[in-house]
Amino acid sequence: MTEPALAVALPLGACLLTVVLGRRASWLLWPVVPASLAVAWLMARRVPTAHALGGWDAPLGIVLRADGLAAAFVLMTAVVASGIGLYAARYFATAVETRRTFAFWPLFYAVWTAANTIFLSGDIFNLYVALELLTLAAIALVALDGSTRNLVAAMRYVLFALFGSLAFLIGAALIYSAYGTLDMALLQGRVTAEPATLVAVGLISAGLFAKTALFPFHAWLPPAHAGAPAPASALLSALVVKASFYILFRLWFDVLPDLAGAGVVVLFGVLGSLAVLYGSIQAIRQQRLKPIIAYSTVAQLGYLFLVFPLAGAGGEAQPWANGAWSGAVFHALAHAFAKAAMFLAAGAMILSAGDDRLGSMAGLGKSVPVASFAFGLAAVSLMGLPPSGGFLAKYLMLKAAFASGEVWWAAVLVGGGLLAAVYLFRPLNELMRTRAADAPPLARVHWTLEAVPLVLALGAVLLGLASLEPYRLIDVGSPRAALEGLS
Amino acid sequence: MNAWLPVLTLATSLLPALIIFRLPDHRARARTLVNLAGAVGKLALVAVMLNGVAAGEVYETRWALAPGLDILLRVDALCLLFLTLSAFLWLLTTIYAIGYFGDAPNQSRFFGFFSLCVAATTGVALSGTLITFFLFYEFLTLSTWPLVTHKGDAKSIAAGRKYLAYTLAGSAALLIGMVWLESMAGPVEFAVPDSLLQLPSLPLVIIFALLIGGLGVKSALVPLHGWLPAAMVAPAPVSALLHAVAVVKAGAFGIVRIVYDVYGFDLVQSLGVHLPLAAVASATIIYGSVRALFQNDLKRRLAFSTVSQVSYIVLGTALAGPVATVGGLVHLVHQGLMKITLFFCAGALAERIGVTRVDQFDGIGRAMPVTMTAFTIGALGMVGVPPVAGFVSKWQLGLGGLDAGQPWVLFVLATSSLLNAAYFLPLVYRAWFVPPVAAAPRGREHGLMLIWPAAVTATVALGAGLFAGFAFSPLSWAQLIMQRFYGS
Repeated sequence: MTEPALAVALPLGACLLTVVLGRRASWLLWPVVPASLAVAWLMARRVPTAHALGGWDAPLGIVLRADGLAAAFVLMTAVVASGIGLYAARYFATAVETRRTFAFWPLFYAVWTAANTIFLSGDIFNLYVALELLTLAAIALVALDGSTRNLVAAMRYVLFALFGSLAFLIGAALIYSAYGTLDMALLQGRVTAEPATLVAVGLISAGLFAKTALFPFHAWLPPAHAGAPAPASALLSALVVKASFYILFRLWFDVLPDLAGAGVVVLFGVLGSLAVLYGSIQAIRQQRLKPIIAYSTVAQLGYLFLVFPLAGAGGEAQPWANGAWSGAVFHALAHAFAKAAMFLAAGAMILSAGDDRLGSMAGLGKSVPVASFAFGLAAVSLMGLPPSGGFLAKYLMLKAAFASGEVWWAAVLVGGGLLAAVYLFRPLNELMRTRAADAPPLARVHWTLEAVPLVLALGAVLLGLASLEPYRLIDVGSPRAALEGLS
Repeated sequence: MNAWLPVLTLATSLLPALIIFRLPDHRARARTLVNLAGAVGKLALVAVMLNGVAAGEVYETRWALAPGLDILLRVDALCLLFLTLSAFLWLLTTIYAIGYFGDAPNQSRFFGFFSLCVAATTGVALSGTLITFFLFYEFLTLSTWPLVTHKGDAKSIAAGRKYLAYTLAGSAALLIGMVWLESMAGPVEFAVPDSLLQLPSLPLVIIFALLIGGLGVKSALVPLHGWLPAAMVAPAPVSALLHAVAVVKAGAFGIVRIVYDVYGFDLVQSLGVHLPLAAVASATIIYGSVRALFQNDLKRRLAFSTVSQVSYIVLGTALAGPVATVGGLVHLVHQGLMKITLFFCAGALAERIGVTRVDQFDGIGRAMPVTMTAFTIGALGMVGVPPVAGFVSKWQLGLGGLDAGQPWVLFVLATSSLLNAAYFLPLVYRAWFVPPVAAAPRGREHGLMLIWPAAVTATVALGAGLFAGFAFSPLSWAQLIMQRFYGS
């Protein structure tokens, strides 16, 4: 019963304690990592469950609810954040200057707290607060290095994020004035297609687009995610953008399925497709490793938006909608594992090679073999090749595309996979290349920096092999629209 | 126990891969031990299952990915045909590769991916559902890539890029075909008769084209064959693996599965898709042979020969008659034995006396007698000279063509055999009967592990032809499969 509260309280407590512990903040991982994994695991075993903070029920009090979807995201976050934390402890220990070591830990736990709050909240105002916390921590993570380039990236992030927050807040206010509540369970079924509501929903969606970096609101993401230190990049690409997508996903499938007309879902699908195309082409054009991975995130987030047309707007029950919905969830989870693994592996490679130009990567397959293998496994999942969670997601969504007869979305899914192969095999080629004799030597890195990416990449692979349990988990308490389609 | 055997078979190459990846490069002895233990263990398991399946046993393991979507590993007669071949050739190729590489660098990486590749091939053979097949088929694509690019120079990287461009485009076609089919028919399990009969025929024809097109990349059907000659830059054991054990065979095997176990004869015939496939296969047979004729580089000549020979399997399958089926299936084994012999020889010639081109063949029989004897047997087999195994394949295919009412097949076979003779016999003649050039590079035959695998496979190829009538010969096994297909 208390797991949802604990899932928020644990990282929150750790966040506060980091201020006290200062230089020794990384020690907090020892209690927090096992405890969070245990709490998330127990919660996944006991869904659906809810916890009213202080015993006050909604709409007066704050209720944390965990259905299968929420539990799956909390569990994924626990695994990915634990990995990133363990990696960061070693990564920052090797750095010369220590200022960013201080700043990283409170921000790390703040992101974790905010993400779990978002996954477990059923109230639009709480979501707003958590989203603000998440965004502020994320912006600070981008600026962690303090270099001019990163500050510029962070400022650009601020612009987009403030627009997003403002739009979201106005939308929430409009909803409150129309229905007198912001509790999603209470709003369910009450929302009607009035003009004020439509404006509100449009604003909220646009705000969340900006925070999820959906094309054409993506411009902030590549410099921010590519510029941050490796553990921060992993945190941003794997978790932060997923949290804002999660709100959008919940909102439409749980609260507003009846408002999702043909125009809306096609618009979402088209933006998603453009993101896949644009992100992939930009990734192909990059000459540095981290921008490739960052643009890959722009592309991969695009797939998530295909769920709206694939599960939507038929006016009657659509048997394939559940496949599309599950596929989107699997894609979000698999991408989190794979992208975290890839950014962390890239971090190890950059430490070994000294910089992240593709041209200096030759021979890394020999100096950091485990990280290279992890990079390859993560790439397999991002390309949507079996056996991986990315493949299962693609299979489910493709099947929905064919079953619904809207095969043009299948072209996006398959074409996006091929483009991903093009941009991911560029660094992979370099890993296989023999290093020139006169090239500067490659350094060894600590084994933690190679093992953590491997574990996370194996997580992405396992999600596609041991997929029956996660598949059943996310279906627990899923909304009607997840079974029958939007509207 | 029966449920564990398929998993164990997979584990005999998966576990060695994981162990070998962790071994440092200098632990050559440990690596060899793990490699050979896995290969011998797999052969033992295969022997047990051969006996069992002949007696009607069923071995299968199921694992659900999502409700209704199963990974299914199942041992049937067709599976064992491919599995036995790959298990046997894996053992020999491993021994050969150990001899070939000596103490070259990066061997742990090489043998790790090599074992992964064989694990994937085993999975392809064991697959009992379409999605399982796709899973292992892609696993094979990915685990082969580091072998093609193994040397790490610009040429290898470029060959790897070409390999991926072809195979990933092929897998996209395969994926679309598979998902489209399953969106109409539900998850497809092999050998469930009549499961597709209710579906409209136009989509079925398009899906057939997509599936065969996707598989045709690996089995090197013209015009999808371009990656195969390019991949010749890889080390010789990799060529042996690509051409005989794993990659092209996985494509051909997949085509057999699609025709017999997904669509089924009756449906293929009523859709009328078998004759276009037979025509493509015939065109590939002739085209590959003609191109082989003009290659001066030995490995490229052998590569185009593979393009041609693998399509015999496809041709036999596409004729969709019982006798032709046997011819196609038996050639799956025979081509593997003969082609791996030739590649083993080509690698040994290049390593020991530096011969990589056809015009260097003069008189090399004296320097490399064992190798060139094996080469001669393999080459004669390819031409179809009795009693080597290739003759049995061609004989069956010819009979099959007549039996299926397609006598033009005889013309294709005759033309191809003439062309085979034209590009193989001059090699044999030069090696044995032309005196060596005085300035030829000198060297001699040595190294047990590099030389003898070719002799073994050549002997087996000879034996498979001589003893074709005995139980457990490739021919008898292919007849067993055919009887089970036709339910008689």
